Amino acid sequence: MSLLADIFTITAVSAGMFFFLAGTVGLLRFPDTLTRLHALTKADNLGFGLIVLGLLPQSPDVASGLKLVVVWLLVQLAGASASQLIAQFASKGGPPA
Amino acid sequence: MSLLPDLALVLLILIAAVWTVSARDRRDSVIGFIVVGLLLSLAWIRLNSVDVALTEAAVGGGATGLLLLRACARLGPIEAEGVKPQVPLRILTGVLCSVVAAALAAVVLFPIEPAPTLAPAAAAHMGEIGLGNPVTVVLLAYRALDTLLEKVVLVLALIGVWALTPDPLWGGAPGSLRAQQSSGPLTFLAQVLPPIGVVIGVYLIWNGADRPGGTFQGGTVLAAMWLLVMMADLREPPEIRLHKLRLLVVLGPMVFLTVGFAGFWIADGFLSYPSGFAKPIIVLVEAALALSIAVILGMLVAGPAARPPR
Repeated sequence: MSLLADIFTITAVSAGMFFFLAGTVGLLRFPDTLTRLHALTKADNLGFGLIVLGLLPQSPDVASGLKLVVVWLLVQLAGASASQLIAQFASKGGPPA
Repeated sequence: MSLLPDLALVLLILIAAVWTVSARDRRDSVIGFIVVGLLLSLAWIRLNSVDVALTEAAVGGGATGLLLLRACARLGPIEAEGVKPQVPLRILTGVLCSVVAAALAAVVLFPIEPAPTLAPAAAAHMGEIGLGNPVTVVLLAYRALDTLLEKVVLVLALIGVWALTPDPLWGGAPGSLRAQQSSGPLTFLAQVLPPIGVVIGVYLIWNGADRPGGTFQGGTVLAAMWLLVMMADLREPPEIRLHKLRLLVVLGPMVFLTVGFAGFWIADGFLSYPSGFAKPIIVLVEAALALSIAVILGMLVAGPAARPPR
């Protein structure tokens, strides 16, 4: 049982790290603000979500697991709002001179 | 095993620090400072100092960064481009920095064995005070005077900022914190996040008695929620002449001072607690302090009055 849980953790966390890697590459390589934001939010939402999912079987009790999920939801909220704000700012022509 | 991530973290901190110092633009430099603060909080977690990590993230990265960004916006760009300090001054700065670096290196490379520590002495009396978090015990029992003065300094800082108010505007409200144009996502965030953030702030304060957390971390989270609401233009900053506001600013230090002087009658002297009642008194002081810290930080970021009193 614990072996199964460990395999699940390793798979999910590795997949999450792949999305972080892809997101970082995208952030460095994509041509403009909106596509870079797109790459960044993939890392935040999917990558971090997979890492949290992978860590869930390792949490000692239900409360810690719930805390992990709440952290993920808060990061989602903050990340989504921040990228919306940056996108809005960028579409209005960048920083004031 | 864990050496590699630690080395990577140290390298990142060094890179961010060098970038912060060498950035040409003031705002770039402040953003670098915020990054250094967040990386440092990770380093504190690696050192098992969760209390310090929380404070560094909330105050070093968050609140100070926001204050500095506001100051940048007020100061405008650096105009004296290319003006460098005189050579003797630069040499002196280099020499003094090298001395500090060499002293630090000496301390790290040739540690005293056994390292001097007060940890056993601090742990010995924790049972009498009834708190489980040694950091809170040190801050509010053993070194309560330091903590009291720290909070008084915050009040003085706010008075300093308010003193910059031009005479005709005295007593009025600070300028609005909102962005140039209203923004849907920001309004949404400012409506959804504060209830959660207030719970987390109160939790940090309450938790500080037995586990990592405390007044400064919790108070900063509360201040951040208030600032978010002000930035989204859901609430205006209050007028600085309001008695209620001023009362909240001095509430924490006042409660702390009252408890301190009461120590002469109910315990052994200034800032000492009667045995058996230490924990409830400390929790009361912490709650009052956190409220004051939240209000002071919010008003520090809002800045001096910019509108005449109504």
